Amino acid sequence: MMWTVLLGTSVFCFAIKLLGHYIPEVWLSHPRLQRINALVPISLLSALIVAQGVVVKTHIVIDHRLAGIAVALAALFAKMPFPVVVVSAAVTSAVIFHLH
Amino acid sequence: MAKFPRDTFRDSLSVSLTVGAYGVAFGAASIAAHFSILQTCLFSLLTFTGASQFAAVGVVGAGGAALSAIAAATLLSTRNALYGMQMSPLLKVRGLKKIAAAHVTIDESTGVALAQTPRGTDAMRTGFWLTGLGVFIFWNIFTLLGALGAKALGNPASWGLDAAVPAAYLGLLWPRLQTNFLRVVAIASMIFALLVTPWLAAGMPIIMSVLVATSFGWRES
Repeated sequence: MMWTVLLGTSVFCFAIKLLGHYIPEVWLSHPRLQRINALVPISLLSALIVAQGVVVKTHIVIDHRLAGIAVALAALFAKMPFPVVVVSAAVTSAVIFHLH
Repeated sequence: MAKFPRDTFRDSLSVSLTVGAYGVAFGAASIAAHFSILQTCLFSLLTFTGASQFAAVGVVGAGGAALSAIAAATLLSTRNALYGMQMSPLLKVRGLKKIAAAHVTIDESTGVALAQTPRGTDAMRTGFWLTGLGVFIFWNIFTLLGALGAKALGNPASWGLDAAVPAAYLGLLWPRLQTNFLRVVAIASMIFALLVTPWLAAGMPIIMSVLVATSFGWRES
């Protein structure tokens, strides 16, 4: 399972990078394709936040993780750098986890 | 590269070092999703495109199937094809160099290359290679450090690693939300993921969120 994910991801991601170097520019320059392509990372990252932040398997579970994410959000609003965002979320979540 | 453009070098180095911090987060996220240290390092060496690596281990961490993890990572990497398309006429390389160029075609190398446009094509080429190789080196070093650190810590929840991972995604998402339209897309994607979670297999809501991107991008906004 782990090796399949690792190798599958590596092969496909490299194939896509290489493909870009070989295809003529017109193929991917369709405006609709470009618009969707620009939005895909936003949708996937948003869904990943939900999946890792408030979901356990197929259930929505509100726990210590959400507190951590809330603090991360506050740190981002305060224009803190990335490491501060991640570490402040971790510390908050860990403290609440241990209080329970 | 006879005349070494100092500004280009500085741009490349600062980007390469900054991205290193994200490597620590990836290393930790991968260990939290129960990948081994070896697998974690191979991810950064072989996949080498940050957001996709985060997605792959994220889906596995969420209990998703291997195919879902690969699909999410691949979908996230499609932008690299657009970068390659822009970089290939600039680089004009063949054979092994082309393979190497493709492997380091990522957000940062393309971004720095395009930012050098006023300094001419030589500076653009230098920016691409320096940033691509610089990020490659630092990303891999920091991935190893993150993995070793997370392994030493033990239970992910007791050190807040389970919250650090989604916080890292939020940190990756944040700088992309430049306009209200993009913020709406992000919020709609989160609501969509919440709504479909009880009905789909674990990890599937992540893949399906591409439908939100597709529907928002279908027509000109």
